Amino acid sequence: MAERPTSPHLSVYRMHRYTLLTSVLNRATGLVLALGLIVLVYWLMAVAGGPLSYAHASALLGRGIFKILWLALLAVFSYHLCAGLRHLVWDSGRGLERAQSRASAYLVLIGSAVLFAALAAWLLAGRHA
Amino acid sequence: MSLRSPLGQVLGRGAAKEGVHHWWVQRLTAVALVPLAIWFVVSLLSLPTLSYPVVSAWMGQAWTAVLLILFVLSAAWHSQLGVRVVVEDYVHGRGMRTVALALVTYLHVLAAAAGVFAVIKVALGGAA
Repeated sequence: MAERPTSPHLSVYRMHRYTLLTSVLNRATGLVLALGLIVLVYWLMAVAGGPLSYAHASALLGRGIFKILWLALLAVFSYHLCAGLRHLVWDSGRGLERAQSRASAYLVLIGSAVLFAALAAWLLAGRHA
Repeated sequence: MSLRSPLGQVLGRGAAKEGVHHWWVQRLTAVALVPLAIWFVVSLLSLPTLSYPVVSAWMGQAWTAVLLILFVLSAAWHSQLGVRVVVEDYVHGRGMRTVALALVTYLHVLAAAAGVFAVIKVALGGAA
């Protein structure tokens, strides 16, 4: 059988920028959160390992480069959460009209930016960062 | 013996050959993760410090431990489903794809097992 085109056949779609952006961002943020899961498990295992292993992990995770990572994870989490809620609304069969979809795309971008700003302010205000 | 016709058995199963199961579990875990992930982020940000005594005491609380286990399990499951689709989309060639999908599965099972073990150890171990 001839090689047939497979799923990510991006060039055939006529995509408005917002559909492309929101879709790609959802997938990209999901992948970053998958990496975040590894960090989470590493951190939980460090707690389970006792004070010494936790001190070691804290020293590693508290380094400057990781502080940027925490902010990035909060941003990525905020977006994936809002975009995921949009998908769940779509799954109920609502909001699929073009105008509604465009409105919800902006709602997701603004909502996740606001959520991120709030979480980041909380993080930076505390003694965590 | 199934009473469904051969045609009926294959219709609607799609490219992944397993019908809507993947789609449905992705939604189930997504809905569970909305409150669980918000709870986790808010809880962490609410802790006075992230020092060992504070964190281990927090993890040792009964409901915290239960919710953390549910969070790790649903996050690992949801992540596995999502990363799997990306691999299916972008990794071509049967051999490579099979190896990549197996690795994705193993890594997520490892993450789930380690996460659940860690929480249970802290919760039952009385925090060393």
